[in-house]
Amino acid sequence: MCGIAGLIHKDKSVNIGSELQSMLQALKHRGPDSTGYALYADNDGQNFIMRFKVGENVGEGSNAVNEEASVYDERKKIVDKNLSDLGAIIVKEERLTPYSFRYEIKYDKDLMKFSKKIESAEMTEILSIGKSLELIKDIGDAKEVCDRYNLDKITGTHGIGHARMATESGVDIKSAHPFWGYPFSDVSVVHNGQLTNYWNNRRALENKGMRFMSECDSELIAVYLAEKMRNDATLEEGMKDSLKGLDGVFTYFVATKDSLGMAKDTMAAKPLVLYESDNLVAMGSEEIAIRSILPQEIDTYDPFDGEVKVWQI
Amino acid sequence: MANLKTTEKKSKAQSMGMHTEVLTGRTQQKFFNPDEAENFYYFGTYEVDFNKRTELDVKNMEAPEANKKIDSLMSEGYGTIVIKNPQGKHSLGVGILNKLNLIFEGSLGYFGVGSCDGPSVRINGRVGWSCAQNLMAGKVVVEKNAGSSFGAAIRGGDLICKGSVGARTGIDMKGGTIIVGGDAGAFTGFMMQRGRIIVLGNVGINLGDSMYDGNIFIGGKIGSFGSDAVTSDLTSSDKDWLKRKLKVAEIDENFDVSKMTKIVAGKKLWNYDNLEPTEKKGAI
Repeated sequence: MCGIAGLIHKDKSVNIGSELQSMLQALKHRGPDSTGYALYADNDGQNFIMRFKVGENVGEGSNAVNEEASVYDERKKIVDKNLSDLGAIIVKEERLTPYSFRYEIKYDKDLMKFSKKIESAEMTEILSIGKSLELIKDIGDAKEVCDRYNLDKITGTHGIGHARMATESGVDIKSAHPFWGYPFSDVSVVHNGQLTNYWNNRRALENKGMRFMSECDSELIAVYLAEKMRNDATLEEGMKDSLKGLDGVFTYFVATKDSLGMAKDTMAAKPLVLYESDNLVAMGSEEIAIRSILPQEIDTYDPFDGEVKVWQI
Repeated sequence: MANLKTTEKKSKAQSMGMHTEVLTGRTQQKFFNPDEAENFYYFGTYEVDFNKRTELDVKNMEAPEANKKIDSLMSEGYGTIVIKNPQGKHSLGVGILNKLNLIFEGSLGYFGVGSCDGPSVRINGRVGWSCAQNLMAGKVVVEKNAGSSFGAAIRGGDLICKGSVGARTGIDMKGGTIIVGGDAGAFTGFMMQRGRIIVLGNVGINLGDSMYDGNIFIGGKIGSFGSDAVTSDLTSSDKDWLKRKLKVAEIDENFDVSKMTKIVAGKKLWNYDNLEPTEKKGAI
């Protein structure tokens, strides 16, 4: 059991980090192990924002192997050198925790080649690349992660998030959601459910050159959609196709720079409550997530089995 | 089994082990004796007056606290309780084994009014998954939409949703009636064993999958039939019953019930007792 939440403001920017934190905190009972945010922020859109980690959070509850802090510094140096080799220019860099960083970079070439080069450093994983996507995930509940990364100061139009109860893989950042839609900028996915044809799909996608960073079945959705989009499918087409290609029980959200989508499997075995108005869509695994930002009486509903919806800002 | 003709026991019931005794072991058994019926009471029930009304604001309460407060109000004789600000909380109004008018001014989360026997509940909002699960008797009316597993395993009573419901409505139900004014999702009537489901709108795939018994009436389109679900003729008594039920449910009195599709189980089971639980109650 995990909790997912998402919202999109169609006509304005708000404190999206704070709103999503409220929604995810309300779902803490569904997933206390780790929390992740994919926030679409009001950045200037000139440069890429790259969030990456060079190690794991080895705090309480983590399955990760303990490492010396100096190891992180060495890996960061390798990342910086790789960036230089790729011709990318670091405009601004922030060290958010001993193991995670946020870089603003100038780069205009192939993102797949870029990603492979950066991730060639040991234990290094790009959490996200995008002009507006800020993907943050770590061990702890929604408030702890929000406070750790100062997310309540991020404004934007939309976002998706995930409160994870680890079932199929370890308690660590690499298995936490959201997953970036490698190698597409500004694509992220969160998922609640289980995928039963994970390995078959993974082998097929790896043969097509797609990369997996974890053994979490949910990562398959991001890679699956990315592969469809790489072959010129629209997001909505890819999502509809996923209802046939992915086996199991699932409800997932996917977000891009200007859109937010949801898909529910044909068994409708995983919950989702949806609120939709002219200027706001809010959805979550339980109604209390929506109530945390809309306490007044509102009309909500459960999308039906096999339903796919996409909203634009 | 004991030989009833030659037994020296005082009664046949004693020979068959059907006597009252106090056990000092890990279990205690007490068998029903009609002569002692007046001594029996339903644990946790109270004499309430429907005209005695109060309000309870649960905005800052957790579900257990709110439910205890409802119980406490019933013990004070309140027969009409209005719950303010439920705000989608889970497990509100559960385990009420009493006659009671319970009104929620807002929406409920999961397991709302579960395991109840007797109350009349009106929810002026929406409900999440598994609303009124295990309902034994009473009436529950939801003014807006409902989530999946609506009326799971109910044994009796009327469960009404004026909007649309999610998947697996009436899953494993063993009696009672579920009425839906809008559409219903996949697997409606999944493994239902008794009772009746009425959906005025469309239903999703696998309708009545693995149903044992009971009747389903659909007013709109059917996504697909599940295993063991087949159509049956709509009789005049079915139509009369549907009209009565829709009138009581306050959904659409003028709905043309003659165009509804009736679905029943296509298989016959061995050793299957299709007596409704409420009928069993009457027999006792």
